[in-house]
Amino acid sequence: MTNVLDIRGLTKGFIMHHLGSKMQAFADVSFSVDAGEFVLLKGANGAGKSTLLRSLYRSYLAQSGQILFQSDHGLIDLAQAADIDIAHLRRTEIGFVTQFLVARPRVSAEAVVAEPLRMAGVNAADALDQARHWLETFGVKPELWRAYPTTFSGGEQQKVNLARALIRPQKLLLLDEPTASLDANARAALVTRLADLKSGGTAMIGVFHHPGDVEKLIDRVIDLTPETRTEVVRDDVAI
Amino acid sequence: MTRVMDAPRIVTTKPLVVVRNVDKNYGSVQALRQVSALVYPGEVLGIVGESGSGKSTLLRMMNLEETPDSGSYTLDLSDVSGNLFELDRFARRMLCATRIGIVYQNPHHGLLMRHSSSGNVAERLLVAGERSFATLRAKAKSALAASEFPLERLDAPPIELSGGMQQRVQLAKAIALEPALLLLDEPTTGLDVSVQALVLDTLKRLQQERQITMVIVSHDLGVIRTVADRVMVMRRGEVVEAGLVDQIFQDPQHAYTQQLVHAKL
Repeated sequence: MTNVLDIRGLTKGFIMHHLGSKMQAFADVSFSVDAGEFVLLKGANGAGKSTLLRSLYRSYLAQSGQILFQSDHGLIDLAQAADIDIAHLRRTEIGFVTQFLVARPRVSAEAVVAEPLRMAGVNAADALDQARHWLETFGVKPELWRAYPTTFSGGEQQKVNLARALIRPQKLLLLDEPTASLDANARAALVTRLADLKSGGTAMIGVFHHPGDVEKLIDRVIDLTPETRTEVVRDDVAI
Repeated sequence: MTRVMDAPRIVTTKPLVVVRNVDKNYGSVQALRQVSALVYPGEVLGIVGESGSGKSTLLRMMNLEETPDSGSYTLDLSDVSGNLFELDRFARRMLCATRIGIVYQNPHHGLLMRHSSSGNVAERLLVAGERSFATLRAKAKSALAASEFPLERLDAPPIELSGGMQQRVQLAKAIALEPALLLLDEPTTGLDVSVQALVLDTLKRLQQERQITMVIVSHDLGVIRTVADRVMVMRRGEVVEAGLVDQIFQDPQHAYTQQLVHAKL
């Protein structure tokens, strides 16, 4: 298996200047992920699962440690890389699915979904075709495709969000509770899409409230609870 | 802390804008202190900070309206070279008229209030040497359309228009010559919310469709969050922090940035 990500001694805390205090999120986390591998992050609330995902995506700045990513351009430490390189990798190789849609005013659902393809240079008509296909797959009604998602319900927004995040295959996909607020059909469509991406070689790291949703995809579980941080291989997964 | 100057390893394109070590004093007031910034082609750099932080001064320098006490400014364009701060007045004017567009906070700034809206845009094209009436009219119309200006009002003078409409004429004027760099100084301040959304949407579309590089100054963090790819935070003439837009908003490092982000409604 090709190694996609190698995390070494990653530590993250937050300095809250107005309180004059520090809060440790996680310390000295190390693990690696191969192409096509699905790693589930486990741990109680506050164990740092989402913080770890955001640190890998560089929405959070790690305090120490390395995030060695095997990009198409060679090995790069995401913890130290220049912002412009990170922006480029996000457009081309690293995807992030959150529970929250970042909708811009006056941008239609189909345009929101097509945007990652447009940024990757796909022509407008093709991008729109594919966007509609994924909106349909995740169960967004056609009459909403041209509407502005800012007014959608939480569940509908989440579907738009998924269609956007999963429209193009990535080398590394970070999943932060993507099944939250989804109905059963959309959950099934999500699992099918993730399975396809996985077999296509996408490495995935995910946080799920109900890991049962993606049980069949999980290769490894990493427990981030500080005292019990362990790594468990698929055969004896307990979720 | 100044990631804004970090050398990329993957992205091989050269930055379009390189501002290095700019200092500016007005009497005893230090307006800018060792300010540096890089802007890559096609990206939107947001600059935030309180009043008096130096953000608008920096923008005016990029528009060559001001000269710093020291520092350099280069644009990576085939027909432009050297430190732009050293250009004479005429060369500056030509460069700003043809390659750099600017939209000011005051909607009617720089507009001829009693000339037609299309005439205001055409005037910019005239400066660049365009003389054919048909071409002037067609280009002005297309720039106004791209700025979502209602085309049935092409001949209306700005004095008869609302602030939001005037802002669109300014934007059309700024993009008429397809500038390499578009500078925006508080472009939505003073506009009502629905017009703000329209202006932001237009900017985002221009960035995506025409890959225009932009620098936007605003004290409205919502505006910056919506349009910027990277953000520079300024305070008292210095850059205190710079980073990707989501990092600045989700994990601000500097005490001042935390204060700014936490104060957002």
